[in-house]
Amino acid sequence: MSENLPAGAPAAGLPGVPSRDAGEAGVPPVRRGGAVRRLLRNPLGALSAAVLLLLVAAAVLAPLLAPQDPAASSLGDAFAGPGGAHPLGTDSAGRDILSRLLHGGRNTLGGALIALGIALVLGVPSGLYAGYRGGRFDAAANWVVDLVMALPAMVVLLASRAILGPDVRALMTVLGVLAAPSFFRLVRGIVAGVRTELYVDAAKVSGLSDARIVARHVLIVVRGPVIIQVALVAGIAIGLQAGLEFLGIGSGSAPTWGAMLNEAFQNIQRAPLLMLWPGLALGLTNAALVLLAGALRDGLEDRAGQAPAPRRAARRHGGTVPAVTIAACGDPADRAGLLSVRGLTVAYPRPDGGGREVVRGVDLDVRAGEIVGLVGESGSGKTQTAFAVLGILPEGGRVTGGSITVKGREVVGLPERARRGLRGGTVAYVPQEPMSNLDPAFTIGSQLTEPLRHVLGLSRREAARRAVDLLRLVEIPRPEQVMRLYPHEISGGMAQRVLIAGAMSCDPELLIADEPTTALDVRVQAEILDLLRRLQKDRGLGVLLVTHDLGVVADLCDRVAVMNTGRIVEAGTTERVLRSPEDAYTRTLLGAVLDQAPARSPWQPPKARSATA
Amino acid sequence: MLNFIARRIAAGALLLVVISFLSYLLLSVPGTDVGRQLLGQGADQAAVDAKNASLGLDRPVLAQYADWLARAVRGDLGTSWFTSEDVGTAVAGRLPVTASLMLGVTLVTTVVSFLLGVWAGVRRGAVDRVVQVLGVVGYALPGFLVTLVLVLVFAVRLNWFPAIGYTPFTESPGGWLSTITLPVLSLSVASVAGVCQQVRGAVIDVLRQDYVRTLRARGLPASRIVFRHVLRNASAPALSVLGMQFVGLLGGAVLVEQIFGLPGIGSMTVTYTARGDIPVIMALVMLTVVGVVLINLLVDIMIGWLNPKARAA
Repeated sequence: MSENLPAGAPAAGLPGVPSRDAGEAGVPPVRRGGAVRRLLRNPLGALSAAVLLLLVAAAVLAPLLAPQDPAASSLGDAFAGPGGAHPLGTDSAGRDILSRLLHGGRNTLGGALIALGIALVLGVPSGLYAGYRGGRFDAAANWVVDLVMALPAMVVLLASRAILGPDVRALMTVLGVLAAPSFFRLVRGIVAGVRTELYVDAAKVSGLSDARIVARHVLIVVRGPVIIQVALVAGIAIGLQAGLEFLGIGSGSAPTWGAMLNEAFQNIQRAPLLMLWPGLALGLTNAALVLLAGALRDGLEDRAGQAPAPRRAARRHGGTVPAVTIAACGDPADRAGLLSVRGLTVAYPRPDGGGREVVRGVDLDVRAGEIVGLVGESGSGKTQTAFAVLGILPEGGRVTGGSITVKGREVVGLPERARRGLRGGTVAYVPQEPMSNLDPAFTIGSQLTEPLRHVLGLSRREAARRAVDLLRLVEIPRPEQVMRLYPHEISGGMAQRVLIAGAMSCDPELLIADEPTTALDVRVQAEILDLLRRLQKDRGLGVLLVTHDLGVVADLCDRVAVMNTGRIVEAGTTERVLRSPEDAYTRTLLGAVLDQAPARSPWQPPKARSATA
Repeated sequence: MLNFIARRIAAGALLLVVISFLSYLLLSVPGTDVGRQLLGQGADQAAVDAKNASLGLDRPVLAQYADWLARAVRGDLGTSWFTSEDVGTAVAGRLPVTASLMLGVTLVTTVVSFLLGVWAGVRRGAVDRVVQVLGVVGYALPGFLVTLVLVLVFAVRLNWFPAIGYTPFTESPGGWLSTITLPVLSLSVASVAGVCQQVRGAVIDVLRQDYVRTLRARGLPASRIVFRHVLRNASAPALSVLGMQFVGLLGGAVLVEQIFGLPGIGSMTVTYTARGDIPVIMALVMLTVVGVVLINLLVDIMIGWLNPKARAA
């Protein structure tokens, strides 16, 4: 790929390459000892490192290893096969291929080293400074970098050769300048990301000088990605240099892999095997460099991946909660007509091959016309339960046990097509984050009409009229105008109304609302809750309301189930559970509400609240 | 939108002037006696001086550049010092070859990398691993090495395509196709490898977005979600990589045209830079920069069309 990648381009999209975006997002710090150890544990990484070491050693020791002078030719021996005095045979001028290969490696790798050194010296310090200081230098440097990156490396190298003459070292210096932007961008992006981190602020506040902050906090973050980039730029430099030599524009008579390939190409009809050895050397070197970069990146990512636990995942061995059977919710003989869940288990695969259960034996019922609250702290498994009911568990997650019936029909194990038939029309979903749940690339109108047309099969005009009605239903003013807006042009509260409208679009019977008000501010929360209550009343919807907010539960729900570490620990009427909780965890939850919000009095039934308010 | 395009074209024009100035300055380093090179070592000094004067080389570099710029703006790129051809005509004659090459590579890259990338991103598993390995191989191998192997296998051994030469489309469409196939394939390997990875990554990213889950919850078929919502959202990052690939492709074309003996811009670059023919080199540099600026503009317009948020910014 070498000459196909502009020397300055961030190697985006390559396996094992931190793209510019990744750099700007900030890459976690690496400790080098750990990185080397992890690299050696990765077989591909260890192999590539070994191959590279071998190649470098062969190049360094070329004068000792080479059986002959690489330039010594004897025309009588031209195109000799392998064997005897020439282990790999001879080329068209009767020169020993092995000797030329070894010396060629010396010239090829040496040239790449020059380019790499120049690129590092130019790119890293300027990137550090621009990223850390920003301002005018940053702006100017970015302009220069954009300019250099707009130039095709090969054309510039050819032009430089016209000026500087056939001197490989000079050309490699030019290549170094051309490659410097890739280091500048990488380093600048990471540093600019780190600069605003709290620990850098803390270091500043505690009086550390900029130089010390850069040395102690910033360099550590930059080191890993730069090492990876070194491997990639080395590959690019080797490829470009070989390309120049192949064109016959380079050092002239000195043996290089590119020149050897050129010579082989001249004789491609007569001795195609000549291409094998220099081609192999070049391919092997570059493959090893790219794989090494990939292994290094995987090492970095492993480390980053270990830190945060997956969101909303229950602890692996969750506590001592006993499996309780709940009379109000769980009598197997008396399953609710609309939604009934029995013994539901959801698991995610663990790297060791086992499964991690995030929902364990959940029983739940929702009848037509009632609102059931599913309460618990984040990570208790309540959202996973909701996803399991909808059949939209994230990658890897699956229902490993239990039964879910929707309108009396078992849906666990149902093929995806049949399952899809239930979504939208029977079971609908209102998500938590209004903004991230609307596709940014489509207008509100197009997102609302899409299910109407493709699930209900309405015509375009009918769907548009229906969508406007839906927007009116969720109390959005001037619906015709809103239809033409994109998600980024409306407020969070309005986006949540649009999502509710979307959920209502195919006339569902069961609405699953996952924390529908959490991301909104308090006034909008109240409006959205009122809207949900009204829709539920008007249409006789059954609602499963997933929330951590006991205030919302008290406001809306007929019944409530409390979840902790993947299990239902208590369930019953809202009044009973909130007034006289039986489970210790429920009491803790209630206690937390009281601590946080002293203004809210202990729970009162909705009717009584107006009297006490 | 028009405002945006106008601003970008203005920035591009500025870039052209800056690069042309720097190039002219660098190319006109003292020490190369062009007149002597042209007339040979045997020529007497008076003739050499006259030659230099007729080329305007006796004047200060800045004056030479100003003169070049004034004419270039009017569309006159001068004449070659060595062949006396009109530079504009010479470049225009070779442009279709390189344009066919670029167009072919862009087409192949877009189609193949979107197919493979979406497939790998949606299906994961074995398909994904194959695509990943292909990505590493395609990235690691220098393009001209891939080209040499393709020539060896398909031209020398199997004799399916000619190893060398070019037939213009206007002369024989079939001949054009057979002469252009191997060069396009050679250049496509690396760019497919790069763009495909980007498409795959973007598809996986978009599939994890909340709105995809919500669309599934609405009961939309998976195929519709993938081909309408995922593809559109994943296209923007893929397109910017495609644009960056283009800069590299121009470099790749130099080698590929040389290997296949295609009379395009790339091989022209090799020939004329080696002689230091400034009017031709300047025209080639300008052509490249214009190409890069236009491609970037096109990519940005397309990204704006795909992503309304970028349009607003």
